[in-house]
Amino acid sequence: MNGLTGLVLAEAVEFHAPSISEFFPDIVLFEGTPFAMNRIMIIRMIMVTLLVVLFWLGTRKMSLVPGRFQGVIEMGLDLVRVNIAEDLLGKKDGRRFLPILTTIFFLVLFLNITGIVPGFNIAGSSVIGIPLVLAVTSYLTFIYAGLRKHPGAFLRNALFPPGVPWYFYIVVTPIELVSTFILRPVTLTLRLLMNMIVGHLLLVLLFSATHFFFLGFGNAFGYVFGTGTLVFGIAFSLFEILVAVLQAYVFTLLTAVYLQLALAEEH
Amino acid sequence: MQHARVWAAETAEATTNPLLPAIYDIVWSIIPFAIVLFLFWRIVLPRMQETLDARAEKIEGGIALAESAQKEAADALEKYNVLLAEARAEASDIKEKARAEGSIILAELKDQASADAAAITAKAQQQIEAERLAAIQSLRSEVGQLALDLAGRVIGEQVKDSKSSSAVVDRFLAEIEKNEKSK
Repeated sequence: MNGLTGLVLAEAVEFHAPSISEFFPDIVLFEGTPFAMNRIMIIRMIMVTLLVVLFWLGTRKMSLVPGRFQGVIEMGLDLVRVNIAEDLLGKKDGRRFLPILTTIFFLVLFLNITGIVPGFNIAGSSVIGIPLVLAVTSYLTFIYAGLRKHPGAFLRNALFPPGVPWYFYIVVTPIELVSTFILRPVTLTLRLLMNMIVGHLLLVLLFSATHFFFLGFGNAFGYVFGTGTLVFGIAFSLFEILVAVLQAYVFTLLTAVYLQLALAEEH
Repeated sequence: MQHARVWAAETAEATTNPLLPAIYDIVWSIIPFAIVLFLFWRIVLPRMQETLDARAEKIEGGIALAESAQKEAADALEKYNVLLAEARAEASDIKEKARAEGSIILAELKDQASADAAAITAKAQQQIEAERLAAIQSLRSEVGQLALDLAGRVIGEQVKDSKSSSAVVDRFLAEIEKNEKSK
């Protein structure tokens, strides 16, 4: 009897499995032009505006003894400056590449975090454009840094590491070529993109399952499972905050590491 | 199985490959990147660097200021000590000089006093001598007169010849003096 009611209701409240089309919502502005915007693109621009406003205001009137707001802004900037740039590249090169590193960190962080912001509910970086553009930037930056520092030796040392017997080059050179010049940008792109896609899909799955269990069953079975998926959904929402920060940090850190390897004296 | 394959085919048709970027996606990635890069590169990081430099300068300036103040204090102390030593030396100098001057003055005064005393003594002696001579002179004439008077009375005649009589008196007196001296 009970089961039958549940089944009937289940047919009324359908279960929407998340799909990849989540990341390609309808175009709402400038359709048909290169500037076409769907809601993810709008989210990106909202976050960019927020970022500009926050950092503009936070550094507008800087005092030597920072207030609370300036303190938070400085803490954020120092995270990239001290813990990534100066730590890996040293003071001089750290300052040289700080604009790129800071941009990557905060752009990725602000676009990642929208994945759990109510109303947005999707990461601005969960469509390939942002990860790809930033990975290409990172790639071009470390190649530029290497060529600038060691004009003749950078490519040779990258492909034919010194100190290796010549016959090993048959194996080493293809590996180096693939890992340095192909896999680095690809992994940078995919790591960020897939983290954001999977995070979003997981949250959609858990919350649509909660919706389905609560409204579709209407019995003890539904409530128990619905509560379970809700708790997991909340837990993974919190986890997504960590992922958002971590992916921004990892992307920036790896860019800095690639720069460090390109600038290293051994080359 | 059949169903799954159909579903997969349908989805593939309906959606896009997430690994293939759409033009608008790239455009709306480059624009945010450019904006944020400009923000940090041209505005935020220079402001931050300025603040950091100012902060470092202030700290270093404070340290330098403290150091210079300490140096100044040490210099002042040294100067004060030098001045004190100089003042002490000068004071002892002055004391020494005063003592020397005092003794010179004392000696001068003593000399002066003894000279004065000698002068007074000499003067007194001169006066005494003069008085003695005057006394002798007057005594001589008076005694001579007395002796003449006496002799006149004894002889009964006035010794008229004063010239010979005074010669007698003088001779007499010289004899007395001679006796006096031989005594």
